[in-house]
Amino acid sequence: MAKRIDVSGLNAYYGSHKAIDDISMTVEPRSVTAFIGPSGCGKSTFLRTLNRMHEVTPGGRVEGKVMLDDENLYGPGVDPVSVRRTVGMVFQRPNPFPTMSIYDNVAAGVRLNGDRVRKAELDGIVEKSLKGANLWNEVKDRLNKPGAGLSGGQQQRLCIARAIAVEPQVLLMDEPCSALDPISTLAIEDLIGELKEHFTIVIVTHNMQQAARVSDRTAFFNLAGVGQPGKLVEIDDTERIFSNPSVQATEDYISGRFG
Amino acid sequence: MDITPATAASPPPLAGGPAPAEQKATTRPGDRIFLALSRGSGILLLVIMAAIAVFLTVRATNALSHNEGNFFTTFEWSANSTPPVFGIAVLAFGTVVSSLIAMLIAVPVAIGIALFISHYAPRRLSTPLSYVIDLLAAVPSIVYGLWGALFLVPHLGGLYGWLNDYFGWTGIFEYHDGAARSLFTIGILLAIMILPIVTSVSREVFLQAPKMHEEAALALGATRWEVIRMSVLPFGRSGVISASMLGLGRALGETMAVATVLSPSFEIGTSLLDPGGGTFAQNIASSFKESGEIGKDALIASGLVLFVLTLLVNGAARLIIARRKEYTA
Ligand SMILES: Nc1ncnc2c1ncn2[C@@H]1O[C@H](COP(=O)(O)OP(=O)(O)O)[C@@H](O)[C@H]1O
Ligand SMILES: [Mg+2]
Repeated sequence: MAKRIDVSGLNAYYGSHKAIDDISMTVEPRSVTAFIGPSGCGKSTFLRTLNRMHEVTPGGRVEGKVMLDDENLYGPGVDPVSVRRTVGMVFQRPNPFPTMSIYDNVAAGVRLNGDRVRKAELDGIVEKSLKGANLWNEVKDRLNKPGAGLSGGQQQRLCIARAIAVEPQVLLMDEPCSALDPISTLAIEDLIGELKEHFTIVIVTHNMQQAARVSDRTAFFNLAGVGQPGKLVEIDDTERIFSNPSVQATEDYISGRFG
Repeated sequence: MDITPATAASPPPLAGGPAPAEQKATTRPGDRIFLALSRGSGILLLVIMAAIAVFLTVRATNALSHNEGNFFTTFEWSANSTPPVFGIAVLAFGTVVSSLIAMLIAVPVAIGIALFISHYAPRRLSTPLSYVIDLLAAVPSIVYGLWGALFLVPHLGGLYGWLNDYFGWTGIFEYHDGAARSLFTIGILLAIMILPIVTSVSREVFLQAPKMHEEAALALGATRWEVIRMSVLPFGRSGVISASMLGLGRALGETMAVATVLSPSFEIGTSLLDPGGGTFAQNIASSFKESGEIGKDALIASGLVLFVLTLLVNGAARLIIARRKEYTA
């Protein structure tokens, strides 16, 4: 599992509004890449182009290439549904299915894949995924209770379990901790450290310390002004971005002289 | 709970809400007047309801005390003869059966149309379509009745023949020529009549399905139908039940359209396609004018039964909705 992402010349639009401009970058397998930048600079938009979720938004349109190893996600005849099975996503607000039990939430994606999975096999997948999301011990006695009854941090880990249950190659996270308290945030950060052994992880965060703590590489995005498209300023090893970035704007942003 | 919906669900106490004792002295005149007004109208409403209930019950009891037949099992409505003989068996059967047929036809179709409008159709199609549906909901029922009598009845012969050919052996769909003024036709007409309101309410509910859950399903690799199955339908479930109950309430109580189309009789045939039968509301409308004192009281008694039936249906719907509360809280 885990594949390399190679983006080149990517533009994304909302109707006639260009939200991101000409982005190219490479994300190594089994690494954590953090996206930072002022709000509105297109981090979420760019992230959503990586699993073809952008085009779900009315007016959403993408130009350019996203290679997953040697497959272009935007190539002719590529089914966005199967792309999303390969590239999983965790959202800003924890969003477990409210009518489903904890068990069914985790099993939801597996059941989608069409072919019947045997109960014993499904039990195994659910347990493995919940363990993978560091949630098993907290919920193993109430798997049939609704997922909405968990705390915010537990719900977010449930969403992570749901995402990894279908064994994606890549895991995208859009500010997964911004709705959580500090303790839950720490739990998720630890989890990200463990998950990167199996998955390629891309995480958007507005929290600079978080980017420094969890990521191997950091990409800084910026925009020239309101209404202008966001651009990738630079991407480099996290250590370097936070100590000695090669672009002045990055240093300004990180040291808080900006945005 | 630190997620937004939880905090949004418990807003801060409003300024006009119950205040601690020491603040009572500063209640403003506007608040006092409003309190008196709202309390007064609440009490007035209860008094009027009680008065209506007492009036209806007294009149109904009067009729029942003169009835020579069994009110529940008699297949006859001769409330004006001496002695009066009347029973609601035929009316209850006709009301329930025609409404059930209407629900069986209307609810699936309504859900389909509502989903099409909310999740499939492009905006330039969904907006006019919603508009037309809302318009249909506003058409007076007598118009449906006239249309039913003048168009539907003469055109159902083909469908009846087809049903007889393939399902006649069941007995329920046996058809022996003649005008299609049967409970089945009433069911179809009622289905058409309640379709707009059920569709309209369901559409509103589906449109409110949280985007975040639809995106969750999409991101797992769900197709459009799977998104609907995983996030929209579970969310809309109780709303669709409510919408259906609203429709069922209309079907049970529909008067003019049924009275215009049905050729009433006080017998229960084995086939739904045979003309005849009756419903509570239709029977009241058809016989009220020619009824004497006891006859009118008997009709009131039958109306009370319809009222209880509607209450039971609503209660059942509430039970169904409450059973899944744990999951939607
Ligand atoms: N659904 C949408 N429709 C139209 N414009 C949008 C939509 N979502 C985001 N945008 C615009 O796209 C730009 C980038 O937004 P976003 O990707 O959310 O930025 P970030 O995640 O970095 O805060 C912004 O200018 C925003 O106004
Ligand atoms: Mg964002």
